[in-house]
Amino acid sequence: MAAVGGGGLQGYVLGRLLLAVPVLFGVSLLVFAVMHLAPGDPAAIMLGAQATREDVERLHRELGLDRPLPVQYARWLGRVGQGDLGRSIPLGREVLPEVLTRFRATLILTGGALLVALVIGVPAGIVSATRQYSWLDRLSMGIAVTGVSLPVFWTGIMLIIVFSLTLRWLPSAGMFSPYGGDFADLLWHLVLPAITLGTASAAALARMTRSSVLEIVRQDFVRSARAKGLAERAVVGRHVLKNAVNPVVTVLGIQVGTLLGGAILTETVFSWPGLGSMMVRAIQARDYPLVQGGVLLIATTFVGVNLLVDLLYAVFDPRIRYE
Amino acid sequence: MSDAARVSTSALVDVARMFRRSHAAMFGLGLVVALTLCAVLAPLLTRHDPNEVDTTRRLARPLSPNHPLGTDEFGRDMTARLLHGARISLAVGLAATALAALAGSLCGLVAGLGGGWIDHAIMRSIDTLMAFPYFLLAIAIIAALGPGLVNGMIAVAVVNIPFYGRIVRGTVLAVRETEYVQAARALGVSELRLAVKHVLRNCLAPIIVAVTLNVGGMITALAGLSFLGLGVQPPVSDWGSMLSSSRQYINVAPHVAALPGLAIFLAVLGFNLLGDGLRDALDPRLR
Repeated sequence: MAAVGGGGLQGYVLGRLLLAVPVLFGVSLLVFAVMHLAPGDPAAIMLGAQATREDVERLHRELGLDRPLPVQYARWLGRVGQGDLGRSIPLGREVLPEVLTRFRATLILTGGALLVALVIGVPAGIVSATRQYSWLDRLSMGIAVTGVSLPVFWTGIMLIIVFSLTLRWLPSAGMFSPYGGDFADLLWHLVLPAITLGTASAAALARMTRSSVLEIVRQDFVRSARAKGLAERAVVGRHVLKNAVNPVVTVLGIQVGTLLGGAILTETVFSWPGLGSMMVRAIQARDYPLVQGGVLLIATTFVGVNLLVDLLYAVFDPRIRYE
Repeated sequence: MSDAARVSTSALVDVARMFRRSHAAMFGLGLVVALTLCAVLAPLLTRHDPNEVDTTRRLARPLSPNHPLGTDEFGRDMTARLLHGARISLAVGLAATALAALAGSLCGLVAGLGGGWIDHAIMRSIDTLMAFPYFLLAIAIIAALGPGLVNGMIAVAVVNIPFYGRIVRGTVLAVRETEYVQAARALGVSELRLAVKHVLRNCLAPIIVAVTLNVGGMITALAGLSFLGLGVQPPVSDWGSMLSSSRQYINVAPHVAALPGLAIFLAVLGFNLLGDGLRDALDPRLR
């Protein structure tokens, strides 16, 4: 691999970081709008039907809802910048520690699912492409199109029926056993949720890896490598995969978003104590600060992941940083 | 027949021939047609009312007398509920896709033809929407608008606007530079007529493929919202809400969860295979 360094890469990184600023600004605007798009008075909705007029007015002042919208946004953004995401009214607790604790569980689940997707998807795509039109190719692509069509919440329930209720091999709910709590126990509980969440991403990754490898296999330099008498394993490993990696990294970045979104459903099915399941309850309770905090944290993480993907392009393909 | 009409008919014949050659695409088309017929003919295919409660026949297994697919936790006939659920799930999925395709295509068309600051403003808004994980943004919109069938539809439609916007903008930018569009412009054809008659017409094929590939995702997303209790609200039920309400009975009657999920899977698989087949048939490089 070419050495990474020099002004080209620094300029590229700086450019990408600058591009993330307007996106983050847009994200903050949309998250701020969540509370203000709600029909009716958000303070009255949050406090419920029993709230008195005084209670509603007090919350108005607390949330700054009595100020003009631009002022409200500027104050909210200032507080967010200092790590103050507000206070959850139903829980009676600060939002930031609450969402951070839950986010750890979501990251563990998403990480597990990403590992499942990588371990299954990439090898399946490579095997499919290197044996194009064989029965193995048809079988793996058939499984892939089935995988992308499976609704994650149904896959989870079916896995629970088979592996938890019928075979009794794996736990069906939670992150730890009531009397457990060690790393092995966590992994034991992670197996089914990670497979559930990772299946569709594995399928998408397999399809992209296949088409990306096929694209490269047809290039002249691969034909030359073969003509030189290089073994097929060396042609694929040394020439094809290295050049096919960027589109796969792109899909991987997109899949992180799919996994972070899909985690909301998986966490509900498996009672996984993550941010997603908490946010569903917060939406039903109209707990706007908690919803805003959760959405902001996940969206910012996704922007960060996309930035990382952009930087990885430059690492894998030195031509990009000089464009 | 004029030369232009003959060329267009021959291109359609080529596309149909390519499509028919793919067994997977034909299987997908068969699934979509079968599910659509089930939804349309639901009242004729079952004599049970989907909401008719019979507490003496709770959680009856499939192949029970009078209930070929069993009953749910309230003794309601599963066949009737699945058939009537298909009406809601497919209709809502298609309506949300149409809404997203319309709004997204309009954004893409305006951005591509307008150029300059209009293009910049629209594309940066699209970038912002794309900065959110797909399902999370739908959840955030539901948080603002409140749970419900129409709000769920709006939420997943908004989330998919960037998908269509980018496809149409890309096509517009390519078509705008073609000689026949430049010639039409030189002849004094108005920008509106140019957009509708020449540019939009060329965008139709990619939009049709995008719609077919997108319907499956829409059906899954809307079923997912209903599963979380944020989409379709009782007494109306779709496949997602059926799956949600049946979760607590999976240890005694797995069929109540298996069947609605299987219906969602078949619908999504059908549209995905159909979309893949159409995309391949419309790609001249594969012929």
